[in-house]
Amino acid sequence: MTNPTNKSKQVETTGHVWDGDLREYNNPLPNWWLWAFYATIVFSIIYWVIYPAWPVGKSFTRGIATVTVEENGQTKEMPWNSRSQLIAEMQSSPAAVKQREYIEKVAAASYEEIFANPDMMAFARSMAKGYFGDYCAACHGQGGQGNLPFFPNLADDDWLWGGQVEQIQVSLQAGRKGNMPAFPNIQGQALDDLASYVLSLSGEAVDAAAAERGKQGYAMCMGCHGAEGKGNPMLGAANLTDKAWSVINIPAAGSIEEKKKLVAGVINKGIAREMPAFGNRLKPEEIKMLTVYVHELGGGK
Amino acid sequence: MKHESIEINAGLLIILTLVVISIGGLVEIVPLFHIKNTVEEVKGVRPYTPLELRGRDLYIREGCYACHSQMVRPFRDEMLRYGHYSLAAESKYDHPFQWGSKRTGPDIARLGGKYSDEWHTQHLIRPQNVVPESIMPAYPWLAQNELKYDDIEKRMKALKMTGVPYSLTEEEYQANVAEYGKEMADKLHIPNAKATLEAEATSRNWDGDKSRITEMDAMVAYLQMLGTLVDFKQYEQGYFASFR
Repeated sequence: MTNPTNKSKQVETTGHVWDGDLREYNNPLPNWWLWAFYATIVFSIIYWVIYPAWPVGKSFTRGIATVTVEENGQTKEMPWNSRSQLIAEMQSSPAAVKQREYIEKVAAASYEEIFANPDMMAFARSMAKGYFGDYCAACHGQGGQGNLPFFPNLADDDWLWGGQVEQIQVSLQAGRKGNMPAFPNIQGQALDDLASYVLSLSGEAVDAAAAERGKQGYAMCMGCHGAEGKGNPMLGAANLTDKAWSVINIPAAGSIEEKKKLVAGVINKGIAREMPAFGNRLKPEEIKMLTVYVHELGGGK
Repeated sequence: MKHESIEINAGLLIILTLVVISIGGLVEIVPLFHIKNTVEEVKGVRPYTPLELRGRDLYIREGCYACHSQMVRPFRDEMLRYGHYSLAAESKYDHPFQWGSKRTGPDIARLGGKYSDEWHTQHLIRPQNVVPESIMPAYPWLAQNELKYDDIEKRMKALKMTGVPYSLTEEEYQANVAEYGKEMADKLHIPNAKATLEAEATSRNWDGDKSRITEMDAMVAYLQMLGTLVDFKQYEQGYFASFR
């Protein structure tokens, strides 16, 4: 820029000169930019008046905007903020109102009425699918297929704690603590015999003589699993006579020796499993819809 | 001072720029120190017990915050999925807080009690064992490593300097008894810290192995208390809105 161009003759410079020859044009700001700038200032002043904005001493200006909410059956005006806005949205946004209409219907209905009403069923199913995905699927899998050896299958017709709606509801509300004591003193031949007998209950091809010998040892299992091994849903004791295994994966085990080893492991180490309680986290009607869903998953009882 | 003399003097220009920017920053930040009522008055919030505190340190060590936020925002969709929105009071003893802003994984501000201890242990050892579609990396060493806790007292003392009410003196201990009850006050007493941590680790079967105190014990203890301190049923919705 040693030779100023034509333009520099028309436009004024700031008058500052650097390095002897560097000059700066003093062009005015474009009008559109200037007015947009003034508009932002006006906008901010309006915003300060309407919304929470300026700190004043130990408090702050809350603005003149209000939100109408309902509390204890009465409507009241609250100063606008994201939390009061949320209360209003939970109460009266179109989606919430529509949803509540159905939720109230489901809440008032008995399980029989829900099962008999396709409309309510469709609603409960679609709501519960979300709850199931968030709360249950982490352990029991997206389809309720379970995850042995840790978490039981909900999609079969075998229920540790009972498959009637009342029982499922209690499981959800209060959680379950499954506990089988360990029997570390049973070892060697006795352990092998007992494992054989337990496997024979569900028709596994074990040595008949060993199973017969193991029958004696089974006496101490009867308290929970019953004389015939049918289990006890009051205690969460598994039915040993069906082919549904809820703590060890017998069908996946290859040989009969492997199967015996799995059963022996349970006898020696016991089982301690816990399902969390959701009574505090989910509302009663949410538990109800989830009960319907879980009941349906396993074909229910 | 002439405008030109500032423009041609780089050192002076830098100093004056810093002064102007600081004023802008101070005007934004300082008033917040004086507005006490933005932190809600709410019952139940307490400092972390020694085992939970070690778990929290591991949470930070493993960089969990890079993918998980601990901040349920006050929106309807978040309330429906995660539970009550997070309060400022719930992280008043967090130094540093773990709010985060990146949700590659879900928000875990209300994780406590949602899943079983066994689930957490299995999930941390290999997430795909329990959630096949998960993209979370595995943390198997948590179950193998012995928990280092010989410096637990120092960790608590450091937090005490920032205002977390762990107790050292009898007087502070009594204040905690009045505030949190004797059982909790004992856990927050720094001279007891090691014994407390050992008792906590063995009182519950956190990682399925009671014979050792592992990092998994601490991590699960921390995850299982997240977001469980405040009983929201005690409060009207409008109560928390009055603090904004």
